[in-house]
Amino acid sequence: MSEPSIETRVIAIIAEQAVLEPSDVTLDSTLEDLGIDSLGLVESIFAIEEEFDISVPFNANEPTASDFDISNVRSIVAGIESLIQSADG
Amino acid sequence: MNRVVITGAGTINALGHSVDETFDAMKNARCGIGALDFQDVDRLAIKIGGQVRGFETEGRFNRQQMSLYDRFTQFTLAAAKEAVAQSGLSFHGDLAAQSGVILGTAGGGVNTWDANYRLVYEEGKNRVHPFVVPKLMNNAAASHVSMEHNLKGPSFTVATACASSNHAMAQAFAMVRSGLATTILTGGSESMLCFGGVKAWEGLRVMSKDACRPFSANRNGMVQGEGAGVFVFENMDHAKARGADILAEVIGFGMSSDAADIVMPSKAGAARAMQMALKDAGIATSDVGYINAHGTGTAANDKTECAAVADVFGAHADDLMISSTKSMHGHLIGGTGAVELLACIMALREGVIAPTIGYEEPDPECALDVVPNEARDAKVDVALSNAFAFGGMNAVIALRRV
Repeated sequence: MSEPSIETRVIAIIAEQAVLEPSDVTLDSTLEDLGIDSLGLVESIFAIEEEFDISVPFNANEPTASDFDISNVRSIVAGIESLIQSADG
Repeated sequence: MNRVVITGAGTINALGHSVDETFDAMKNARCGIGALDFQDVDRLAIKIGGQVRGFETEGRFNRQQMSLYDRFTQFTLAAAKEAVAQSGLSFHGDLAAQSGVILGTAGGGVNTWDANYRLVYEEGKNRVHPFVVPKLMNNAAASHVSMEHNLKGPSFTVATACASSNHAMAQAFAMVRSGLATTILTGGSESMLCFGGVKAWEGLRVMSKDACRPFSANRNGMVQGEGAGVFVFENMDHAKARGADILAEVIGFGMSSDAADIVMPSKAGAARAMQMALKDAGIATSDVGYINAHGTGTAANDKTECAAVADVFGAHADDLMISSTKSMHGHLIGGTGAVELLACIMALREGVIAPTIGYEEPDPECALDVVPNEARDAKVDVALSNAFAFGGMNAVIALRRV
């Protein structure tokens, strides 16, 4: 059995945080759509860091200042893919 | 000045998960102290404690709540729920704005500190869960109680080691008496029965390896406990107007500081706290029928406390009853005064004096009626609850039967 894709794993984490089924989370969903507040976001980032063993450059005081784009699930997945690539590289 | 009454009580401790279970254990002289059960207990020299058993979080708290609630917060919320239910109050509008929560704890989220230090120091992890701080902070329990019950008035947490709950309840009493609040949820909690929490106490070399035997000549130290006690302190006119069942009246408190030693108790400081409580309540020494002792089971505390009682009460010291329920539920540190206030309420309301269990040999330095080993039926009009903390900070509360 092949390992689930990064996208599937990220969606699973976000869905758990939002108390939704993964099928209810789409790439276009925003955190606001999913009902994830600022504490929920910080908890999701922690879970993502644990899952992928990466460090996400995110400061809750300046959510838009970092390179890590949280505008929707697609941008979060892309950000994580790029962090994993640079960690491997 | 308003009169202040108790209209609700709740607890969880080694003797039971409710006030009724705790009263039943106290009446039957049951001991809640036993073998400790947690990670690395085999590396401790002290392996006994008054641990809460069978406390299920499943069905009580959801996943999101569990990520925010240290064990001391879980205990506090369970006790607060029982107390509020008994009071029959629900907090909306003006009553919510005039009601607060004042709780005591010495260590706050000790299990959270312990578990996360273990992660970063022992397991070498470089990342901790984002809620470590909101989970471990000393006011976390009070904050969650305020959110759960919509308490929007004066709210804070008091830390004076083993007197934390008594200081908190004295402050709650003062606020309701002065009119600053109509109702305060008050009491306290503690949960330091984890490797680091017990290891720290071991260092002081004041812990017993086998039992807590307050006032007994062969006593050999204190035993830690854990849990919570929460009470609804309410303006008496407000309580009467709504036909509430009144458990007891709070009539006074005394506070003093030894200003002497960081760990050794002082007879003079303890005596002054009791004298101030009597004066504040406007009662005579002869009115007091029962004292719930601080009674830790250490050599120093018990003889000092008995000497202080003898000084304050004179000949009446031989007529009153004084017992230490720590022999049954252990020393709940910052939460201890709250659970011990239950013994005062039981004495006043049900006419049953909780015993000092484990009493084996009389000590001439503790020659008072310590209600040894068996509960006793007795009519009591006024009860005191003593708490004398490390750091020399003392707080005594006086309750009257209604």
